[in-house]
Amino acid sequence: MAKLLSALIAGLLFGLGLLLSGMSNPAKVLGFLDVSGRWDPSLALVMAGAIAVAFFAFRRAEGQTHSVLGEPLQLPDKSRLTLRLVLGSVLFGIGWGLAGICPGPGLVLAGMALPAGWWFVAAMLLGMLLFRPLSRCLP
Amino acid sequence: MLGLLAAPLVWRGLIGPLPVPQLGTPLPLLLLAGVLVGIGTRLAAGCTSGHGVCGLSRLSPRSLLATLSFMGSAGLTVFVMRHLLGWG
Repeated sequence: MAKLLSALIAGLLFGLGLLLSGMSNPAKVLGFLDVSGRWDPSLALVMAGAIAVAFFAFRRAEGQTHSVLGEPLQLPDKSRLTLRLVLGSVLFGIGWGLAGICPGPGLVLAGMALPAGWWFVAAMLLGMLLFRPLSRCLP
Repeated sequence: MLGLLAAPLVWRGLIGPLPVPQLGTPLPLLLLAGVLVGIGTRLAAGCTSGHGVCGLSRLSPRSLLATLSFMGSAGLTVFVMRHLLGWG
């Protein structure tokens, strides 16, 4: 129960942050990515702010085997630089650049009852399903 | 996930009217974008928050490479769409 509740609170906080910062506004995100046009660098501050907070949280978590609630804690590998990582990131970036929506904001837009949000999330789930067969063709 | 979906509802309850998102991407492109985001985040095991915020916070070289890759390809995509093709 405590585990579910903490996940819910984390999701809510994250979502409220995305709404407040403008990350859930696709036009603003595209303005941030449009470096050679009318560039709006303000979202870089959102990222910097998020890192400034998370940095200390992860420094505490690093090396721990269990979370505060007693759940097993495993942090992802840091050093393996793979083709999959780069290819996946490039594909993700193309999608992000087309619509200005990444997974978190996509869910927030869906929660705002916007059809565009529903379509995006549905397509994203389809993409996640397509990943499995595609994954077998890659080293 | 439920928290993210519910965030707009909580915002309306606690704060007031929601900020209005500006959406201009035509549906076929929006669907293509969603599929690419879905495949890409699975393949790279992370997205803007996973690699960009959490990974960079941990000073992970993997996440730095991922963040540079998606920032680069996203910027290039916007450049092509806006300034070469004249969309949006």
